[in-house]
Amino acid sequence: MESTTELPSSLIPNHGSWLRYLSFSLDHKVVGIQYMVTGFLFYLVGGVLAGMIRTELATPISDYLSREVYNEVLTMHGTIMIFLWIVPVVNGAFGNYLIPFYVGARDMAFPRLNAVAFWMIPPAGLLLIASFFIGGASQSGWTAYPPLSLRTPALGQLIWIFSVLLLGGSSILGGINFIVTILKLRRPGLKMMQLPMYCWAMLGTSILVVLSTPVLAGTLVMLAFDIVAHTGFFNPTIGGNAVVYQHLFWFYSHPAVYIMVLPAFGLVSEILPVHARKPLFGYTTMVYSILAIVFLGLIVWAHHMFTSGTPPWMRLFFTIATSFIAVPTGIKFFNWLATLWGGKIALNSTILFACAFIVNFVLGGITGVALAQVPFDIHVHDTYFVVAHFHYIVYGGTVFIIFSAIYHWYPKFTGRMLNEPLGMLHFVLTFVGFNLCFGPQHWLGMNGMPRRVSEYDPQFTLMNQVSSVGALLMALSTLPFLINVFHSAWRGRVAGDNPWRALTPEWLTSSPPPVENWAGAAPHVEHPYGYGLVETTP
Amino acid sequence: MSRQPSSWIPVCIGLIPNLFNILTFRASVITFLVSVGLILVGLAVGQRVDMLPLQASVNAPVYDELFQVLFSIGTMLFLGICGMLVYSLVRFRRPAGDLGDGAAIEGNLPLEIVWTAIPAVVVLFVGLYSYNIYERMGGMAPLADHSVMHAMPASDPGSGDRVWGGISTVSGESADLTVDVTALQFAFIFHYPDGNITTGELHVPEGERVELRMKANDVIHAFWVPQFRIKQDIIPGQPTVLTFTANRPGTYPIICAELCGPYHGGMRTSVVVHDRGAFDQWLTKNTPPVA
Repeated sequence: MESTTELPSSLIPNHGSWLRYLSFSLDHKVVGIQYMVTGFLFYLVGGVLAGMIRTELATPISDYLSREVYNEVLTMHGTIMIFLWIVPVVNGAFGNYLIPFYVGARDMAFPRLNAVAFWMIPPAGLLLIASFFIGGASQSGWTAYPPLSLRTPALGQLIWIFSVLLLGGSSILGGINFIVTILKLRRPGLKMMQLPMYCWAMLGTSILVVLSTPVLAGTLVMLAFDIVAHTGFFNPTIGGNAVVYQHLFWFYSHPAVYIMVLPAFGLVSEILPVHARKPLFGYTTMVYSILAIVFLGLIVWAHHMFTSGTPPWMRLFFTIATSFIAVPTGIKFFNWLATLWGGKIALNSTILFACAFIVNFVLGGITGVALAQVPFDIHVHDTYFVVAHFHYIVYGGTVFIIFSAIYHWYPKFTGRMLNEPLGMLHFVLTFVGFNLCFGPQHWLGMNGMPRRVSEYDPQFTLMNQVSSVGALLMALSTLPFLINVFHSAWRGRVAGDNPWRALTPEWLTSSPPPVENWAGAAPHVEHPYGYGLVETTP
Repeated sequence: MSRQPSSWIPVCIGLIPNLFNILTFRASVITFLVSVGLILVGLAVGQRVDMLPLQASVNAPVYDELFQVLFSIGTMLFLGICGMLVYSLVRFRRPAGDLGDGAAIEGNLPLEIVWTAIPAVVVLFVGLYSYNIYERMGGMAPLADHSVMHAMPASDPGSGDRVWGGISTVSGESADLTVDVTALQFAFIFHYPDGNITTGELHVPEGERVELRMKANDVIHAFWVPQFRIKQDIIPGQPTVLTFTANRPGTYPIICAELCGPYHGGMRTSVVVHDRGAFDQWLTKNTPPVA
């Protein structure tokens, strides 16, 4: 780190050239943008796959894709969206870009490890997509439950396992880097309780990553052994147990939901105070609620297994633990509402996406508390109700915040503003399309449509077509966004250093920032949310 | 109050702020009135909501009662939070050219205690209530009566050494009808040990307790009848018992709910609920003649 920060910018390879984004760059800002652009490209791939699913489901019969390919598509859609879009962007992209600014450092604690972590992603993603063309991708869903995953074509399943191991490895390296950066690289005198909330969110997320991802890695290695060497860990016909896999898988994959959602909680806590011109309400309780979510998030995994082979007392334990996550989550939502209350709210694309996040996530949270109740879950488990719930959390929640955050930080990334009318169009199309797509799926699930099917009872045709129209709107919504991002990069209004008059340290430097982040010493920010308390320069 | 014991919670919520001197009296009255409005709307919507399929088992009305309560509470919370959000966006919209800041309020401990308590109380209530529902569905029975658990393996045709209890309507009693279910890619096969009938369609008598002894041959499947509000995974190596009592004659879908391979979506059949006479007729008609 020392060597890069001391170098004059002219001596840094490819500095200022777009080629640096294709290099093994050690600059955390370059790595952050690398994560974001790579993640967005995979989002487009995952979106095309989602479009294929909704096209198949526009009619009740299985007529568009072959049944094997349909299962490959739904497996890849889930895997790509989770491991190559949401986790890398909401953690890797914003984390790498913002955390060093927030702690007052000039780079991450381990810049080389950081570059290694990023460069594991493109090969893993390309390998995963390539599996479509070399013998077919995995067909067993992103959950890869054995014995199904032991019986579907082995090559695709093994490539899937290898890719997810690489992506999990990348995530662990990133998590370690964030923990060390936040704990050890803080500017002298900067107290933990003065950190912007996104740091706390990333600290909590990284703890989850480091504790739970190795469990997934071990599980997938065992699954690979079952496929290659017929070890039978999870194969009941030779003495294994399929339910143990589910426990191990969800021990990672439930915390994975918080790995996708907690950073979004952090980002929205940065965004709302700036655009409402008010301090973040209840900083201390926000911090403790993140820690509570981290703890509770680790002890709720079996709520994915209520219809599986689970003893009744365990069902109850996991019901209670899961329900209680609503308490710290509720605190955060009430605090955000209180942050907006009495503010001076700018109704721009950033704040609209952030407020839509609140609406969507509250709905997803309500269905989440309902799903935590064993008797309720038994009927709707593994149906489109769960598909709807999950997308309300992960798309309606996290993806909306990713877009909100892009509108917020794009001026910092590029030095130019995004176009507001195009942003509004993007917002309206996304919000309407999203709710049309996933709203009806609640009804579908409750009335008898299971998930992961390529055909269904004709009585569900209308609602499925509504859902598919919604998906089409969501696909269209990416067009104004892409036009906006490319057009504004060259022709957008020049932003200046601090167009939002924000107080957090990334705005107290030029846009885009120099390699060393600040021309001089790191600024002293004691009140990152001190709106109305400290002077903000227009 | 009688039907929806949750109704007192929001009433209290409206009064708490004034008790702790957080809000002015006027604001407290408004909060109270809004809360009462939300409860009434929530209860009204919850009573009228009709989003679930036909009720065809004794489990179904119990399930739907839980659903109505959850829907009422959900409506109150959703409308309350979204209403406050939209109100804030309209009321506190920044006038053009205003470069000032909002009120520099960094927190309010009593207020935060209140809204920690609200979800805690709601969640506690929902948890206790759903435990009660779960017990009425017979979900806790295998735990309460271990003899049932241990008695089953001996008679289990799957020759497994363990039997996992599914959810049941009334447990601890012997079933009126026992059916062996085999799930395989991509069909359910039903075998009636009494009449030595094997069929791809389940037939059961109305109002009698049916016990399904389920096993899977290849991968995990799940047995789901939406109109009965029951679902149970069938896992290879783990023979599973599921009991239910159907109470409405008719034909309902049986759906596999766990991804089981390419034809997962086609893994569907029907359960036909007969009155007792019709069921006996079906039984005699289909029993193979003794050779």
